[in-house]
Amino acid sequence: MTSQAEIVFRREWGRAVAVVTRLTGDLGLAEDAVQEAFASAVGRWASAPLPSDPSGWLITVAKNHAMDRLRREARRSGKEQAAMLMLSQCDPDPPPGRIADDQLRLIFACCHPALDPGTRVALTLRTLCGLSTAEIARLFLVSEATLAQRLVRAKRKIRAAGIPFRIPADDELPGRIGGVLRVVYLVFTEGHQASTGSRVVRGELCDEAVRLARLLAGLCPEDPEVLGLLALLLLTDARRCARAGDRLVLLAEQDRSSWDHVKIDEGTRVLDRAARLRRPGPYQLQAAIAACHAAAAEPSTTDWAEIAALYAALARHEPSPVVHANRAVAVAMAEGPAAGLAILDELREDSQGGRWHLLHACRADLLRRLGRTAEAGDAYRAALALDPPPAEREFLSGRLAELDC
Amino acid sequence: MRYLCLLIGEPGIEGPVPGTPEFAQMLSDYESATRAMAADGALVDSGPLQPPSSAATLRVRDGRPVVTDGPFAELKEQIGGYYVLECADLDEALRRAATIPAARYGAIEVRPLMVMPDRA
Repeated sequence: MTSQAEIVFRREWGRAVAVVTRLTGDLGLAEDAVQEAFASAVGRWASAPLPSDPSGWLITVAKNHAMDRLRREARRSGKEQAAMLMLSQCDPDPPPGRIADDQLRLIFACCHPALDPGTRVALTLRTLCGLSTAEIARLFLVSEATLAQRLVRAKRKIRAAGIPFRIPADDELPGRIGGVLRVVYLVFTEGHQASTGSRVVRGELCDEAVRLARLLAGLCPEDPEVLGLLALLLLTDARRCARAGDRLVLLAEQDRSSWDHVKIDEGTRVLDRAARLRRPGPYQLQAAIAACHAAAAEPSTTDWAEIAALYAALARHEPSPVVHANRAVAVAMAEGPAAGLAILDELREDSQGGRWHLLHACRADLLRRLGRTAEAGDAYRAALALDPPPAEREFLSGRLAELDC
Repeated sequence: MRYLCLLIGEPGIEGPVPGTPEFAQMLSDYESATRAMAADGALVDSGPLQPPSSAATLRVRDGRPVVTDGPFAELKEQIGGYYVLECADLDEALRRAATIPAARYGAIEVRPLMVMPDRA
């Protein structure tokens, strides 16, 4: 694929699939048609300049492919009238707001609670973010054939069970939005932490997650958790360039001048709007923590006591080892390593916590700062034994070597 | 689309006991839910079932019927009733199923009926 077409592909795939799905009511057909349209585009755009409106061109071509296929099938089954009716309802030039609505319809279908939770993320990455089955298979550590099979099954279920391509009504939204936020959050986390592959951050996944969060915030401007998620993603993504060069760079060691202040400002504004609605929740609390970091010009001016308090509030919503470990780190910064270590030692008793590499990595760091070198070495080795992602493995091995024990 | 809603009792969850005000309330909730579905044209059929002990299970083997007593053994939870609903999509079926009291005391499996080509 030429790079020009590739850029348009990333940007336009989800929009085109969404529009054609609305017109045909068939996600599988829409994906095939958009795929064909992109194949035509690659041939055409390699030798000629891009059309003035590549997005409109792609949607029109994809629509024509879909309609051709519907017409062929209709002729076979004698249902030409139904097909003609659908064709007559086609608007040639959907306004921008309409395309956003089409994408929202598709999000709610892909994140439907009747679908298997893991498959919801995969389906969203495929249909809305335009990742290939091969790329998604790598993310989920499964073979491409397995992943393709899962997607086929999910699309078949959408059709067979009558899962609608529809934005839920106002009274249904509160019950449905949480599941959608979770999927968008997971898409972002996958981009930000990149559990697979050699890159520390997969920026295109972060971009897609922010784009989807914006669409949802447009749909639910009065839902503080939707705003909270958007703020969280913006404030976290603002550190993308500083966090990942060739290797993982820790928050304290990041070059803060390379943080994206446009994203920080927007994230802070969105978080303020959420806070004014006075219904705190986990995404807002995480965003508030990210905002505390963003507000500190130097690591030494970070308000760790505030961050520890926010993690304590978050732990009441989500009492997971991950949240408690983060609280321990904040407490260690506010009150000293010994206070943080006490919280981590409690967590280590928990079997779930004991199998988590970052818990051992945090303990190792606090033990190192307390001068308990031998114990720190054991903790680094315990973290490494739990098979951390490549970037973290390199970091932890480095620290272990520095300990000289 | 048509959906079969199977009303399933979950072991360990006891519904209201006959003769109590809660039981009377549940019956009246069933009635109003069913009436609302009928009024909207969504209700195709519905009904409660006699207890599983009243069931017989039939298999035809080598052309001969083989009947055993009791319900199909592999069915862990017991089915207490059913609704067949005509709905635009799964979300409508789920919304309507949520008005059936059995959803509060057990579970409701909502499953689309297959559309046979000659009836479509």
